[in-house]
Amino acid sequence: MASDKVQTITDGNFDSTISGGKPVLVDFWAEWCGPCRRLAPTVEELAGHYDGKVVVGKLNVDENPNTTFKFSVRGIPTLLLFKGGQVVEQVVGLADTAALKKVIDKHVA
Amino acid sequence: MADAGREVRNVIVIGSGPAGLTAALYTARANLKPLVIEGLEAGGQLMLTTLVENFPGFRQGIMGPELMGEMRAQAEHFGAEIIRGSVTSVDLLSRPYTVTTTDAEYHCRTLIIATGASARLLGLPSERALIGHGVSTCATCDGYFFRGKPIAVVGGGDSAMEEAMFLTRFASHVTVVHRRDTLRASKIMQDKAFANPKISFEWNADVEEITDTAKGEVTAIVLRNNVTGVRKEIPVDGVFVAIGHTPNTALFRGHLDTDPNGYIITHAGTRTSAPGVFACGDVQDHIYRQAITAAGSGCMAAIDAEKYLEGLPQHLGEATLTA
Repeated sequence: MASDKVQTITDGNFDSTISGGKPVLVDFWAEWCGPCRRLAPTVEELAGHYDGKVVVGKLNVDENPNTTFKFSVRGIPTLLLFKGGQVVEQVVGLADTAALKKVIDKHVA
Repeated sequence: MADAGREVRNVIVIGSGPAGLTAALYTARANLKPLVIEGLEAGGQLMLTTLVENFPGFRQGIMGPELMGEMRAQAEHFGAEIIRGSVTSVDLLSRPYTVTTTDAEYHCRTLIIATGASARLLGLPSERALIGHGVSTCATCDGYFFRGKPIAVVGGGDSAMEEAMFLTRFASHVTVVHRRDTLRASKIMQDKAFANPKISFEWNADVEEITDTAKGEVTAIVLRNNVTGVRKEIPVDGVFVAIGHTPNTALFRGHLDTDPNGYIITHAGTRTSAPGVFACGDVQDHIYRQAITAAGSGCMAAIDAEKYLEGLPQHLGEATLTA
């Protein structure tokens, strides 16, 4: 039910996705995680707001364990913001749109 | 800032757990057109649970998130308006009352507070640093990451036992760390936990530290026995903290009477120290803290609000608004 602005990120396309020119926001989530479902509309809102400026994607931790473990994600929802292929921000747990915009805006020219 | 058309609502409900949604259901059915501001932790604590076996009416139990989805749909069915967003401030000094969210400002004649309580942390710097990297307050969210690994659960109440038992599905072993020598959990939960071969107990144990912040992952929990003073390090990959809750009342400090622990004080049903302001659910209850008692007090708040509105001089809200 992700909108078309939210990409699906997998172990397979992760490296190519984060090595593009734009910052990338990755939402680590799972079907069975209640708070992840609560965060989903916020992530969609961010995808619309930063359309063309920030790539926004969701990574299902169940289906993509390699990336999940590579970044030591042991709690969800976790949002990681990548810039130049590196993690520049991390938000664990629920946060509202306004708070997340503040975090992302630091890295968007 | 958007002002919602200077409209004065009969009822605003803050919070969308069992208390808030029941208050919304009853006020909606009383044709008061309630506005529910759902908050960050929408659906409340039941969103973090699995099977709820003690909510009457479901003999096979019902999944917490499903129960909350039903409550929400039921309230909406009768006309409750539920919006996303969190309340950033309230003004209970002038009437109509003003509720400000991250997006807009709302005015109301009565306010029902159902902001609930949130998981409490130990307060250690190492705990904070490792949240999301092995420290968690949500077993149903994060248990999955500890398949075949040893973990610790801190706490001695029902929630701690429930988390410990749930986590045995994933973990190789669960150590329950409790600062006393007896559990606070109910007899049925204690019996289940003691009978589980994957659970062991560390009694009279205070958590001194969680390692390893330098590595950015949990490698062990460091305990100190508060009777003997002996230190002990237990290697674990995850630490689940279940030491109780704190009421979400920061918004109302200075506006409403609270007890020394921050819970809103209610009297004569759900009345608070401000006229027309009612509180229900865990934000005013540190004793029962059940879905069914929260829902029950939500119903009481709705009826109290309805009675209050009936006694209110017509258009009081609007008159003071233009003054």
